[in-house]
Amino acid sequence: MAEREDRTLTDRFRTVSGIPVDAVYGDGPAPGEYPYTRGVHADMYRSRLWTMRMFAGFGTAGDTNARFHELLKVGGTGLSTAFDMPTLMGRDSDHDCALGEVGRAGVAVDTVEDMADLFAGIDLGAVSTSMTINGPAPILLAMYVAVAEDGGVDRGRLAGTLQNDILKEYQAQKEYLFPPRPSVRLVTDVIRFTTAEMPRWNPVSISGYHIREAGSTAAQELAFTLANGFAYVEAAVAAGLDVDHFAPRLSFFFNSHLDFFEEVGKFRAARRIWARWMRDRYGATDERSLKLRFHTQTAGVSLTAQQPEVNVARVALQALAGVLGGTQSLHTDAFDEALALPTENAARIALRTQQVIAHETGVANVVDPLGGSAYVEWMTDELERRAESVFAHLEDQGDGSILEGVHAGIESGWFAGEIADAAYRYEREVNAGERIVVGVNAFTDGDDPDARRLLRIGQDTEDLQRKRLAAVRQARDDAAVATALARVVADAAEPTTNLMPALLDAVRARASLGEIVDALEAVFGTWTEKAVV
Amino acid sequence: MKEASPSEGHGNPIRIVLAKLGLDGHDRGLKVVARMLRDAGMEVVYLGLRQTTETIIEAVEQEDADVVGISMLNAGHLTLGPRMVAALADAGLDVPVVVGGIVPDEDLPAMSAAGVAGVLGPGASADEVVACVRAACRP
Repeated sequence: MAEREDRTLTDRFRTVSGIPVDAVYGDGPAPGEYPYTRGVHADMYRSRLWTMRMFAGFGTAGDTNARFHELLKVGGTGLSTAFDMPTLMGRDSDHDCALGEVGRAGVAVDTVEDMADLFAGIDLGAVSTSMTINGPAPILLAMYVAVAEDGGVDRGRLAGTLQNDILKEYQAQKEYLFPPRPSVRLVTDVIRFTTAEMPRWNPVSISGYHIREAGSTAAQELAFTLANGFAYVEAAVAAGLDVDHFAPRLSFFFNSHLDFFEEVGKFRAARRIWARWMRDRYGATDERSLKLRFHTQTAGVSLTAQQPEVNVARVALQALAGVLGGTQSLHTDAFDEALALPTENAARIALRTQQVIAHETGVANVVDPLGGSAYVEWMTDELERRAESVFAHLEDQGDGSILEGVHAGIESGWFAGEIADAAYRYEREVNAGERIVVGVNAFTDGDDPDARRLLRIGQDTEDLQRKRLAAVRQARDDAAVATALARVVADAAEPTTNLMPALLDAVRARASLGEIVDALEAVFGTWTEKAVV
Repeated sequence: MKEASPSEGHGNPIRIVLAKLGLDGHDRGLKVVARMLRDAGMEVVYLGLRQTTETIIEAVEQEDADVVGISMLNAGHLTLGPRMVAALADAGLDVPVVVGGIVPDEDLPAMSAAGVAGVLGPGASADEVVACVRAACRP
């Protein structure tokens, strides 16, 4: 399971016809030079391909563990965990409101025992792991650290990414647990903890993906995501951290949607804006703080349930935009994801699509091959201009603070309203036939619903997971659990205390995710959004 | 948003309660559907996220709703769809349920057998959405 691939043999960089090609073409700031519009590395994919990181999770921890082993066997180079809805919402599998959702859209994790089963047989010191979790992110990180250390891997050796981006949850994906302010404190606690003790860990993956999936435009995705990034920087600095101590480990996650050049321009603009703001506004001097690194996923929302095989083509083009935009890692959606979780076959085709782009098309031989195109440069500038106008609005709302502006936009429902407007505009265009969706409102012949084979997760998963949880509750020391949860409550009530040590104690005592969330909720309260239609 | 659109023709406009039942937070589709139905002249009572069968029934009773629309993209439809139908029946309410979201074709007979009046999948047009809700109200 090589995380990196050696591509330093220079004679590999020839076209399919044998013409040798240079690493970069054109004038102006080169890739690897401020403001990094053309890429964060001088030679990009020549020295290291992007990480092919396939998102997986379903059923019990054992089911997902088997998929992880399969993905590593077929050439995946990093793991990415999808949790089920109860886990994402910090609820145990035996909670009333978890009924019907256990293990259905991701893997169920209730206790550290599930986390251990999830990564059984995988060397956590050698692989990098991404965990898509937000509201309860610090608890899942604590479980991961506990599992690694029980297996003899010190936390300082762990490499990976915790999504831990709560702001976009209020704006778009809506998987929040507590009110925004204590939630941002939890994000900051994780940043403080990993900065001090886990130097190879990315504590936040600032995510535009879900903003876009919820219906935003490319410009909104760019603007809201970077604004959230600025907000976390302001929060961490306010908590006493030096910007250059944590900013090099902030990472980003973008959507790659259908409009090819708009997407490439978006990725290029993101790098330029981040570099300039980090240097000029936040005073970062370490060049690693200025370099925006990002993961890309193709646009799930663009997949059609009609003629799903056609999604293979959509995914390939979106993946290509991500690569030409200079992504550091990539997940390609499986063609059957508009219907259900991906089957193993569909997930393999999605990974193979990346391998075709990487090894057959030659696009990885030259850095930012679209740089210098009049259209792409104009699109980059235009998206930057649109993003800047959003930043100006947020600064105005926050009396000069982006963090406060973002809080104001969440509280008033501004972000959710902007996104819903854009989603409806898109839908109306499709309805009116102004926008063609192949197989949906045009070219509709040839759909064969009978040919579909779907991955099904049955009710038996839920029953099994509840039994597993009951067994853990039965075997643990209840007094130790009560003591650990009391410490969580006490530390939560002290805003300047980092909650991570108390959370580590609690997961090691076999407190369940839901019990820990309940303890935090007792201090922090809950959040109900203003419903905007 | 209270006035009937000309397209409703006769009687009062259809009044629909729209909700996300369960933990799933994906509300893009439901919000789009809310606007489609409103544009077609229906009265939309939008409850939003994290609703339970109890909160939905309360809204149906308070608003005297004609139909309930629930959305789920979490593969929980075979559990939650029938549960909503049964809860309405238990409450003595003769109100049809339309489910929107990712429902595989092979689940349609089971949904229908459980009393779900209509299912709307990805890519449904505004006309299809409106027609499905109207059909559910006038079986």
